[in-house]
Amino acid sequence: MTLKTIESTFTRRPAFMPYIPLGYPTPAASLDAVRAVVAAGADMVELGVPFSDPLADGQTIQAATQRALENGVTVETCLQMAAQLRAEGITVPFLLMGYLNPFLAFGLENLTAAAARAEIDGFIIPDLPPEEADEMDALCRTRNLALVYFLAPTSTPERIALVAQKARGFIYLVALTGVTGARNQLSDTLPQFVARVRAATNTPLAVGFGIGDGAQARQVAQFADGVIVGSALVKRMAKSTAAVRALAEEIAGAVHSL
Amino acid sequence: MNITHAVNGKFGQYGGQFVPETLMPALAELESAYAAAIADPEFTAEFDWLLKTYVGRESPLTFARRLTDHLGGAKIYLKREDLNHSGAHKINNALGQALLAKRMGKRRIVAETGAGQHGVGTATACALLGLDAIIYMGTVDIARQQPNVYRMKLLGAEVRPVESGSKTLKDAINEAIRDWVTNVDSTHYLLGSVLGPHPYPTIVRDFQSVIGREARRQILAAEGRLPDVLIACVGGGSNAIGLFQAFLDDESVAMVGVEAGGLGIESGKHAARFADPDRARVGVLHGTRSYVLQTADGQIMETHSVSAGLDYPSVGPQHALLRDVERAGYTIATDEEALEAFHLLSRLEGIIPALESAHAVAEVIKRAPKMSKNDIIIVNLSGRGDKDLDTVIKLTADSHQPSAKN
Repeated sequence: MTLKTIESTFTRRPAFMPYIPLGYPTPAASLDAVRAVVAAGADMVELGVPFSDPLADGQTIQAATQRALENGVTVETCLQMAAQLRAEGITVPFLLMGYLNPFLAFGLENLTAAAARAEIDGFIIPDLPPEEADEMDALCRTRNLALVYFLAPTSTPERIALVAQKARGFIYLVALTGVTGARNQLSDTLPQFVARVRAATNTPLAVGFGIGDGAQARQVAQFADGVIVGSALVKRMAKSTAAVRALAEEIAGAVHSL
Repeated sequence: MNITHAVNGKFGQYGGQFVPETLMPALAELESAYAAAIADPEFTAEFDWLLKTYVGRESPLTFARRLTDHLGGAKIYLKREDLNHSGAHKINNALGQALLAKRMGKRRIVAETGAGQHGVGTATACALLGLDAIIYMGTVDIARQQPNVYRMKLLGAEVRPVESGSKTLKDAINEAIRDWVTNVDSTHYLLGSVLGPHPYPTIVRDFQSVIGREARRQILAAEGRLPDVLIACVGGGSNAIGLFQAFLDDESVAMVGVEAGGLGIESGKHAARFADPDRARVGVLHGTRSYVLQTADGQIMETHSVSAGLDYPSVGPQHALLRDVERAGYTIATDEEALEAFHLLSRLEGIIPALESAHAVAEVIKRAPKMSKNDIIIVNLSGRGDKDLDTVIKLTADSHQPSAKN
């Protein structure tokens, strides 16, 4: 019932959805980071799968995933790490987030089967727009996994309608025109962008890119169903698990206070 | 199977649009703007006029008499893209896309460059049309292509060094795409080869196909018949497609693309996407599905070639299809073979080829002696070699002294 688990996450309150690159700074430390964000109140976790050429990512995540690759992390390792976290009793939904080519190399059919076995709930693939996703979409449906699509401030009404029609689980709204990475300020036009998508769909809307602290997360949680935080947590991962937990608690508190 | 044009953005199973959502609307905008532009006689007239009066087209088709005699087989003709303004075929596409960007109201241009020829072409076109040019270039390539870095700066472009990954062409493309994602409203990404998401492989191919249209007309005028073989080097593959496209329907004309064999296939240090099934499989890189040099885990491999312009782990999607249906054949030339060809052409014809183009000449050296004296080869001399002198001097200090007899 994995897709249902994702959908039900958004029904009670806005969701805090951290991104943790598996394998950074070490595989063990990245598992600790997942445990820490879950203990801090994360409602769902995006488990980052490294790729050599992450063209939608800013420098923080580029450097982290590069390190993960140097640590020998593969799709296979990521699946094992997810399974290990499940075995420890962590129940929040897990989404594997990564670029398409390593998934293709693993084989999409194998991947979705292995993901279901590891009790992963879905996929986020930034370089797989709906036009190219037929095969992956069908495989995910068979396994009842979510395949999350993106919308961006540049998306036209036609593209919003297309994604609204295909989306299951939630839609990932890119908060800004750019790559991942914490920013000092949110875009002024973000509320209108979320409202534009809201008018076209009942699917939950999670907002990510550029959100780095509790204050920004609280702002976003006022009009979105989920708040995704990546780079700001990754920077803390370089310091300590305690630092990750402190930021995750700040953000979870802000998001859940609404 | 349509081998001449993309259908729904794909050449068979290859091509497509594997990019972040932020760019999908920009690709749609580019596709419709391009369709409108090439249907507009004013646009095509301006492009043709600039090709003639600024680039210096048409480029000659030179009969290589001494090389032909030396090899003792087929008659060899050189399509002289090296004589274009700015020194390579790259200017054809750079000028076409810069005109298109201007028409779209985008005055900021980003581009990637490997050998620097596309960067120079882009900087040249932007200077001519009054556009801002930002060129991303890996620091490894900056070190081996200094003259072109200086040229780009002289032409008013900003050259941004790329330190990530292998610090070569693929990483420069990553950074150019990241810039484009961030500044998509004001910026056109002037992609330099038949790569990337649709419609780029089609747009770049169309702007380069003037090479083959001219060559076809020129060889008919010179010999009264079509050539037997076309030969061109293939990095992304724009000079090769530019030559091939006009001949695709001529069944008697064979086509050969030459990839960078580097230090040899077994060494793993090469950029031969078609010649190394252990390392190259169909995958997705930079928005397009094609053959990609990658690890078993799907990580993109670092490539090696003496020529920066061929040093790229994937290949244009139309080439992948032409190869699958066997309309074109693909082979390799090693660094060493390319260097030998570089010297031979310089001494026999007085033409110093780019190291990229020298890979194509290396295949001529292998193939021409086995052919009849009535056969005709056209080889695309895609660029001139001035930019490569430092590299060649370093590599050949011992073996090929310039004073050596031929």
